[in-house]
Amino acid sequence: MITITLHKVVGDFAENKDVARDIREKEILPALEKGDEVVVDFEGITGATQSFVHALISEAIRRYGGDALDRISFKNCNETVQKIITIVTEYMQESG
Amino acid sequence: MKVHLPNSAFLGNIDSFFNSLDMSDTNTLQISANKKWISVHPLVLAMVAALGQTVRPENIACEVFEAKSKHYFERMGLFRFLGVRSGIDVVEHESAGRFVPLTQIQSQEALSKFVTDMIPLLHLSPAHAEPIRYIVTELVRNVIEHAESPHGAFVAAQYYEKSNSIRIGIADVGVGIKKTIGRSHRVSGDLSAIGLALTPGITGTTAREGGTEQNAGAGLFFIKSIASINGDFFAIYSGSALYKLLRQHATKRHILHADPFRDRHSARENLPQWTGTAVGIDMMLDETEKFSALLEHIRGTYARAVRERRKERYKKPRFV
Repeated sequence: MITITLHKVVGDFAENKDVARDIREKEILPALEKGDEVVVDFEGITGATQSFVHALISEAIRRYGGDALDRISFKNCNETVQKIITIVTEYMQESG
Repeated sequence: MKVHLPNSAFLGNIDSFFNSLDMSDTNTLQISANKKWISVHPLVLAMVAALGQTVRPENIACEVFEAKSKHYFERMGLFRFLGVRSGIDVVEHESAGRFVPLTQIQSQEALSKFVTDMIPLLHLSPAHAEPIRYIVTELVRNVIEHAESPHGAFVAAQYYEKSNSIRIGIADVGVGIKKTIGRSHRVSGDLSAIGLALTPGITGTTAREGGTEQNAGAGLFFIKSIASINGDFFAIYSGSALYKLLRQHATKRHILHADPFRDRHSARENLPQWTGTAVGIDMMLDETEKFSALLEHIRGTYARAVRERRKERYKKPRFV
C-alpha cells in the first residue's frame, strides 16, 4: 500500500492540475498497475477543485471501473473535498 | 479599436458597454471615459487591460480622465498595464479597502500564488473565500490551458459595501470559446459554443463522454451553478456572443439545468467581436449558500446530465 500526502505538494488548496497529473502518472497508476492499494491523504487541505480531483483519479476509474475505488481510499477529507471526490467518482462511473 | 468607459457598466447593464466596443483597426487603441463619474465592473478593467496588450504602447491613446472617480482606475492598475501616464496621484488606500488590483496571470505558478494572496486582500471569511477562490482558480486555469493567449489572463475584483458583494472580472484575448470547443464538437456559432462550454461533460479536448484524463468539461458548469444557486449574475462574452445568467428567484435557485439555455438568462449575438473570452461574476455575500451544500446540488444535476446523454446514444430496438 502506498500513501500519498497531498499537502506537502499542493498546499492547503488542491487546485494545481499539473501536480495532480504528476501524482497520477508517477504514483497512482503505477501502483494500481502493480496491484497495490493507494491512500490519498488530504490532511491539512481545506479545499480542492473538481479539475484537480478529475486530473488525479479519473483515469484510474476509466481504466479499472468501480474496482479502482476498492483500491484507492481518501483520508482526512473535509466535507467539501468529500463532495467533490464524490461528484468526480459518480460522473466517471456514469460515463464509463 | 475604441473603448469608452461609461458612467455605469455592471453585469446587469453591461450589454451596452460590449455593444459600444469598436474593434476595427486592431493596431491602435483609443480610450475615452465619461467626464463626470465612471463606475464599472472589474470585468471592464480586465478587458481594457487585456486589449492594451495587443497594441504597441505608442499606439495607445488614452484621454485624460476627468471624472471624480478617476483615482479608482489608477489604484486598480489600469494605466500601468496600458503603459500610460495618468497624472493621477493616489494616496495609499485605507485598510478598509477591499479590492484585488488588475493582475496578469500567465502560468500555473502565478495562479497558485495569486489565489493565496487574493483572499486576504478581500478580507473574506473562510466560508466566503471558498467559492471565490474556487471560481477564480477554475476560470484562470481555463485561460492558461485553453486560450492560447501569450498574455494570459487579466483578473480584478472589488468588494462593494452597499450590496455586500464581491464582483470579479477575468478576461483574455486568446482564441475564444468557439475555436476551443469546435475542436471536438460541431458548433454553429459563438453562442452555441458558449452553450456547449457551459454544459456538463463537454470539453474542447475530446468528444468522448467524461472528458480526458486531464479535462472533464465541468469547470464552467460548476461556476454557472454556483452563481445560479446563490442568485448571482454570471456573464460570459466570447466572439460575438454574450450569455448572461440572470439573478434567479430565491424559490428557484436550487433548480439546476444542464442546458444553460433553460436557466433564467439573456443571450445576445452580433456583438462586436471579442477575440478571446471575458467572464464576470457577482457574489452576494449575504446570500451565499454553504459551499458543501451547494456542491450537493451540483452533484445530482451533473450525474443526471451524464446519464441522460449516455442514454441518448443507446441503440434503440428494432421492432419489425
